[in-house]
Amino acid sequence: MSYKMHLLVCGGTGCHASDSDILLETLREEIKANGLENDVQALVTGCFGFCEKGPIVKVYPDNVFYIEVKPEDAKEIVAEHLVKGRRIERLLYEEPTLEVKLAEHKEMPFYKKQLRIALRNCGFIDPENINEYFANDGYQALGKAVTQMTPRDVIDSVKESGLRGRGGGGFPTGMKWDFATKYDADQKYVVCNADEGDPGAFMDRSILEGDPHSVLEAMAIAGYAIGASHGYIYIRAEYPLAIERLKIAIAQAKETGMLGEDIFGSGFNFDIELKLGAGAFVCGEETALIHSIEGKRGEPTTKPPFPAESGVWGKPTIVNNVETLANIPVIINRGSDWFAKIGTEKSKGTKVFALAGKINNVGLVEVPMGITLREIIYEIGGGIKNGKKFKAVQTGGPSGGCISDQFLDTPIDYDSLIQIGSMMGSGGMIVLDEDDCMVNIAKFYLEFTVEESCGKCTPCRVGNKRLLEILEKITEGKGTPEDLKMLEELGSAIKDTSLCGLGQTAPNPVLSTLKYFRHEYEAHVNEKKCPSGVCQNLLSYEIIPDKCVGCTACARVCPVNCIEGAPKKVHVIDQSKCIKCGACYEACKFDAIKKG
Amino acid sequence: MENNQLTKEMYDELERFIEAIPDKENAIIAVLHKAQEICGYLPREVQEFIADKLNVPANKVYGVVTFYSYFTTVPKGKYAINVCLGTACFVRGADKIVNELEKKLDLKIGETTPDGKFSLDGLRCVGACGLAPVVMINGKVYGKIKPKEVNKILAEYND
Ligand SMILES: Cc1cc2nc3c(=O)[nH]c(=O)nc-3n(C[C@H](O)[C@H](O)[C@H](O)COP(=O)(O)O)c2cc1C
Ligand code: FES
Repeated sequence: MSYKMHLLVCGGTGCHASDSDILLETLREEIKANGLENDVQALVTGCFGFCEKGPIVKVYPDNVFYIEVKPEDAKEIVAEHLVKGRRIERLLYEEPTLEVKLAEHKEMPFYKKQLRIALRNCGFIDPENINEYFANDGYQALGKAVTQMTPRDVIDSVKESGLRGRGGGGFPTGMKWDFATKYDADQKYVVCNADEGDPGAFMDRSILEGDPHSVLEAMAIAGYAIGASHGYIYIRAEYPLAIERLKIAIAQAKETGMLGEDIFGSGFNFDIELKLGAGAFVCGEETALIHSIEGKRGEPTTKPPFPAESGVWGKPTIVNNVETLANIPVIINRGSDWFAKIGTEKSKGTKVFALAGKINNVGLVEVPMGITLREIIYEIGGGIKNGKKFKAVQTGGPSGGCISDQFLDTPIDYDSLIQIGSMMGSGGMIVLDEDDCMVNIAKFYLEFTVEESCGKCTPCRVGNKRLLEILEKITEGKGTPEDLKMLEELGSAIKDTSLCGLGQTAPNPVLSTLKYFRHEYEAHVNEKKCPSGVCQNLLSYEIIPDKCVGCTACARVCPVNCIEGAPKKVHVIDQSKCIKCGACYEACKFDAIKKG
Repeated sequence: MENNQLTKEMYDELERFIEAIPDKENAIIAVLHKAQEICGYLPREVQEFIADKLNVPANKVYGVVTFYSYFTTVPKGKYAINVCLGTACFVRGADKIVNELEKKLDLKIGETTPDGKFSLDGLRCVGACGLAPVVMINGKVYGKIKPKEVNKILAEYND
């Protein structure tokens, strides 16, 4: 049966949380109620990336893009758009700077500068139906590899494409695969790293939810290239939807012969098994991940030996990130030359970023390497929320750093980001505005790494704890100028002496904020002030007599009863008793309380 | 607390799961996931049962349980409240939501109310950063919440 029209409903975690599943059901009921079930099909797809305005519904082939659609809107979409062919203006996206309604996603600045390779199918196909993947060149690359190419051809192709690992390290993928061919063994393994530990990042999850077959296909190609017949996907247990979609995809791939024995009649066998993580950030590190796959505590070990020599069960193993893998089928299909034309000299292709924080368009974006932060934040991201001032952008998660406005026009790739004291990381990009205190942000990341340190090596276990204690001291207003020196010395010692990547990078958020936002640290230490008004102990609340109307709202919410004043009289805060909780500040409707 | 009683059926189900695994020694994590799904938590008895069935020392099982934050040795509340403490939620005020919940439920993060009804925990990024700050209660996601709305949300669980 062929349908005349399709309604694509986003089923990513964000939209799902906003009831997109109920919306889909309601749309189906309405389609039926209008007798359109033979003409129109409503489908669930992966993430469109525009999570800020979910749930998203796209109408095909009209290409109309509806945002913030609620189950109640289903009736109108069917009756107006499907039956009468009239667009529903109120559900269209309005460009905030131009104040015009845009119907098609291609017109939206959010999509204009994007180039979707890894996310090519996300939001376009039903991830639970392998036929839709087939219809979009799915498994063609695998077929081409195993029937027309030698394993060497495949490795050369990946090498020539210039693809580098998207999991953080940026190691050349083709080279990694080549290493694994150098060791003889009765079994080798391909591991997909889907642990996605960076808090605030969701690139890998969206690929797995929106296009799981692209990862399975790439793993099979990798298996063919290095001579492995078994693959593992190590995925976080916190991603139930992605796990479910992967299970369905693996079953369908086996049924259709894309996985299993004698794939495409080539004699090549490949199977994939899921392994669930259990909430430990360090398990994203490849040696720790391998121990976890073996059912052990996920503690890292020193390299060498690299996994390519001795990985899962001591056998040669390659570990690749989800996004890295999602690029592979395209490279095989379209050729390494095509891929190598995109990006910068040393960083080829695109990178997916999870744009979040104080930005208008939170969501998932895929951009060519070499784009500037300004383009990402102001053009794609729609600028800073509530018209506030940009302060910094954090990339690389707990291993990365904060980039200040002086670098907004630096073309970004692996190397330029390291040069300015941060790193590409896995793709988390958190935008911070004038209300964020950089000392507090550094403290947030350090709390994370201290909690996640596996405790095996001393510099990481003890050193980072000391760093955190100093930051706590500073945010409490007890810091001294010597503390700043100590942060730098200790930070660089930890970087040099830790066992694994977690410890080696943990001081980065502190060191980079110290470098670019030293004045904020100094204000905390010397003037005992938090310039952004975040650190509670350094704040004071004062009532502005001219503005106070004596409504008593502040006095009523004060948990320690330190606000004096009768109705219709000016109120006063007793500073000696104030615990700086900010309840009065929130309660005042007349802006009569000054925070400073 | 009626919801953390371990029954014979639970042990039977777990035993059937373990028996079907070919490579028992390396299956600790998978078995613990299953056990937590069945029992809700992993107290000492359950860990010892697993060690016995997998034929590994109990301290090895304990070592794995305590390493991974997903595993819990204490029962969670009937309604498990998880506040996302990922970066996106942090910069959009997740700490204020935690404070409010701690105040309203009269407990600290990581604890369960004495009647076993609510437990409060932190979580790292549920992947719905567009909805930050995010709170999950028994798997249902509440997005873009303000401290003021905490009361209203808790009221949904007033049974
Ligand atoms: C502490 C730590 C955490 C990591 N977390 C992840 C992760 O969540 N996902 C990931 O793909 N790589 C992560 N990595 C990088 C992996 O060790 C490894 O380099 C990567 O999976 C290799 O794949 P790629 O070459 O395709 O990037 C982490 C590394 C460290 C040191
Ligand atoms: S940081 Fe909270 S959902 Fe991502």
